[in-house]
Amino acid sequence: MRGAGSQARERRQAYLLVAPAVLVLVVVALYPVLAAVWLSLHRFILVFGERRFTGLENYVYLMGDARFWSALGNTAYFTAVAVAVELLLAVPLALLLNRAFPGRGLLRASVLVPWAIPTVVSARLWAWMFNPDYGLINRLLGGADINWLGAPGYALHAAILVDVWKTTPFVALLVLAGLQGIPEDLYKAARVDGASEWRQFRSITLPLLKPALLLALLFRSLDAFRVFDAIYVLTEGGPANTTETLSIYAYKTLMRSGDFGYGSTLAVATFLGVVLLAVVWLRWLGREEGRR
Amino acid sequence: MRRPGLGTALAVVAFLTFFLGPFLWQALTSLWPDGELTRPWPSHLTGASYQSVLFGRPFLWAVLNSLVVATLTTVFCLTVGASAAFALAKLEFRGRGLLLSAALGVSMFPPIATVSPLYLILSAVGLRDSLVGLALPYTTFALPLTLWVLTSFFRQLPDELYRAARVDGCTPMGAFRRVLLPLAAPGLATTAILVFIFAWNEFLYALTFLSTPQKRTVPVAISLFASEYKEPWGEIAAASVVATLPLVVLTVLFQRRIVSGLTAGAVKE
Repeated sequence: MRGAGSQARERRQAYLLVAPAVLVLVVVALYPVLAAVWLSLHRFILVFGERRFTGLENYVYLMGDARFWSALGNTAYFTAVAVAVELLLAVPLALLLNRAFPGRGLLRASVLVPWAIPTVVSARLWAWMFNPDYGLINRLLGGADINWLGAPGYALHAAILVDVWKTTPFVALLVLAGLQGIPEDLYKAARVDGASEWRQFRSITLPLLKPALLLALLFRSLDAFRVFDAIYVLTEGGPANTTETLSIYAYKTLMRSGDFGYGSTLAVATFLGVVLLAVVWLRWLGREEGRR
Repeated sequence: MRRPGLGTALAVVAFLTFFLGPFLWQALTSLWPDGELTRPWPSHLTGASYQSVLFGRPFLWAVLNSLVVATLTTVFCLTVGASAAFALAKLEFRGRGLLLSAALGVSMFPPIATVSPLYLILSAVGLRDSLVGLALPYTTFALPLTLWVLTSFFRQLPDELYRAARVDGCTPMGAFRRVLLPLAAPGLATTAILVFIFAWNEFLYALTFLSTPQKRTVPVAISLFASEYKEPWGEIAAASVVATLPLVVLTVLFQRRIVSGLTAGAVKE
């Protein structure tokens, strides 16, 4: 039995141990987010040194800004399609990785390669393969003449492919962790009952995998919604702004136009989008957990 | 386990081609003679692109800068994160759950949301355009990962160890430093690899906060690779291979650790 004095001392030491981490999170994350909200209420052009409080003026402008709405649309489309394709590919990949077969070690190691490559590098690598004149993709398509990154409609889908290539392995690993938590007995019992493999997948694997899938959905969609690197390097938001996402529009407004007021407004809008997604997914996840 | 059939074999080949193919194509491009890039296949292989990337451009500086930033970030994260993770795993205090959720929340922030204030803060304290100044926001974004992975490692160490050390007269901090920290070495190594890879790959902050060309990190240098009249694809490929190969080797060597770290941070609880 420890005395009350010892417990109080332990608590004091605990606060001391976490204090540096809390300090870092507050100073370099929490404070900047709040400061960005504050900046978004200003007209603030960095190069002119102009800075004055304008209240919600930036937000009123945002509502009527067609370029913002198209960036939001691009971001939402990118997120929805990329995450859907990643989940669809990750489940068979995870099922495969969960099986015993010769070469499994090689496959496990190789799926991590795209994950480890810097996004900028993978974007450059794909830009080379998308090259309209001598890129690998047009060659594989039998000498097709598609300007993948230069044609509206194609460019955003090309960016989605790059994202799918890079992050499907991570999703597959999350799904694999979920698969490994399913007791083998359930499958044994199902086989005794004569259930087909497809039936086992539908009645055992898929329902028990749901929390892992929802978690992957949460992580990946928040990540995809803030996409910057890949698209910036592939197209810089072009052609004709058809691949411009919220992060890219905000970046250009901040760093190229030096408009810190409206740029912050766009950044805050991106932040709110992420928060909204997180709230929706976490509520769904919470309901699933509650049901079990 | 059933014997693998034709379907399994085909799926393995398809996935391997999809995940490794582009990387191998990049490696081939880096050895392709520059004048022959329009041809379907090179007549011979050459190291010319590597030579001009490594010696004709300031790319080696970028590698050095990235090494510095990634190492600093890793050291910061482990210093600040290990003690906090120990407290989160083994000590009782109010606000424990709140801190872990707050950390998770921070990891979901879009970096763009903090760019404008951080730019002003770093400018005000004279740390903009410096590698140390860059490592600070990196630490914040890698700290949640550090906390989650390390907390789950400390939890796996038996409570008896901590209690025995306390009975033997150690303070909580002494027990942490002398008993638990050495035992958490594998967890620290896993975290170090994950944080290092994160910092090596980061792009937005590096693009925003660094203005001197000599201070560029590898991703920024590669994104700005251009020459006057055409894209130097061979050199870009060579630089990409140089920037990627260490990570690929690291990942393949520590594959198990990385997977357990990633899923510990993401899946447990």
